[in-house]
Amino acid sequence: MTKAEEHKSDGIGKDLVVYVCLLALAGLQFLIAYQNIDITQKFVRMLAVAIVEAGLAVMFFMHLWTERRGFMLFVIIFTISVLLGMQYGWTDSSRMLVGAPFSK
Amino acid sequence: MSQADLTMEGHSAGLTVGPAFSIPTKKLAMWLFIIADTMTFAACLVAYGFVRNGAPDWPRPFHSITNVALMTFILLTSSLTMLLGLRSARAGDKAGAFRWTMITAAAGILFALLHVREWLALIGEGMTLFKNPWGTGLFGASFFSITGLHLTHVTAGVIALIVVGVRYKGGRYNADDIEILGLYWHFVDLVWMFVVPLVYLLNLTH
Repeated sequence: MTKAEEHKSDGIGKDLVVYVCLLALAGLQFLIAYQNIDITQKFVRMLAVAIVEAGLAVMFFMHLWTERRGFMLFVIIFTISVLLGMQYGWTDSSRMLVGAPFSK
Repeated sequence: MSQADLTMEGHSAGLTVGPAFSIPTKKLAMWLFIIADTMTFAACLVAYGFVRNGAPDWPRPFHSITNVALMTFILLTSSLTMLLGLRSARAGDKAGAFRWTMITAAAGILFALLHVREWLALIGEGMTLFKNPWGTGLFGASFFSITGLHLTHVTAGVIALIVVGVRYKGGRYNADDIEILGLYWHFVDLVWMFVVPLVYLLNLTH
C-alpha cells in the first residue's frame, strides 16, 4: 500500500463512527420532541444533545482535536465565554410576561 | 543603524515569524470567521428564545417532522461526503476529491430545495414576516430570519464548493483549500443542530 493509499484509508472508520453518532443524537432530539414532559425540560435535554453533537462535529469533523493545544483552548475558551456572556439578558424575557411595561 | 531601529526590527520580526498558533493563515482566518459567525447565530437564537419566552401566544405550527428529519439527514451526510472529499484530496486523488465535493454541493442544493419547499408551504398557510394564523406575528419574523440566515450560508457554501471544486480540479487550488472550505461546511451543519431543536422541534403541534 502506498503512503497516499494509507492516508486515504486511515481514519475513515472513525469518521463513520462519528457520523453514525451524530445521526443517532439527531434522532434522539426528535424522540425528545415527542416526550410528554415540560417544555423547559424538553429545551434543556435538546440543548444538551445539541451541545454534544456540536462538540463531536468540532473535534472530529473539523479536526480541532488534532490542532495545537493552544489553538484548541483559544477556540473553546473564547467561544464558550462569549456564548455564556450572551445569556446575560435571557432571564429578562420573563418580564415581558409578568412585569411592566410589556406584560399583557 | 541605531539601537532603537535594531530593537524595532527585532520586535516586528518576532511578531511575524510563522503564522499564529502555527497553522496556515487561511485556515486561521476561516476559524476566526467561524467564531464570529457562531456569535451571529447565537445572538439570533438567544433573541429568538427571548421573544419566544416573552410571547404568551407563541405558535406551534409544525405538524410533521418528516421534512426537517430529511433535511437533517442530508446535511449530516453532506458533512461525511465533505470529509471523504478532503481525504481524497489529501491522498492526491483529484478525481475523487472533485467527485465528493460535487456530491456535497448536490446535497446542499437538495437541502436548500427542501427548505424552500417548506417555506412555500408555510407561506401558503398564511404565514408572513409579520403575521400568521396561529399566534404572535413575531414567530414569522424569527423563523424566517434564523432559517433564512442559515439557508444563505448553505447557498454560499454550495457556490464555494462548486468554485473550489472546479479550481481544485484545474490545479489552481490544493487540498488545504478543500480543508478550509470543509471547515465552513461542517460549521453550517453544526448550526443546524441547534436550529432544528429550537426552531422546529419545540414548535411541534401535538
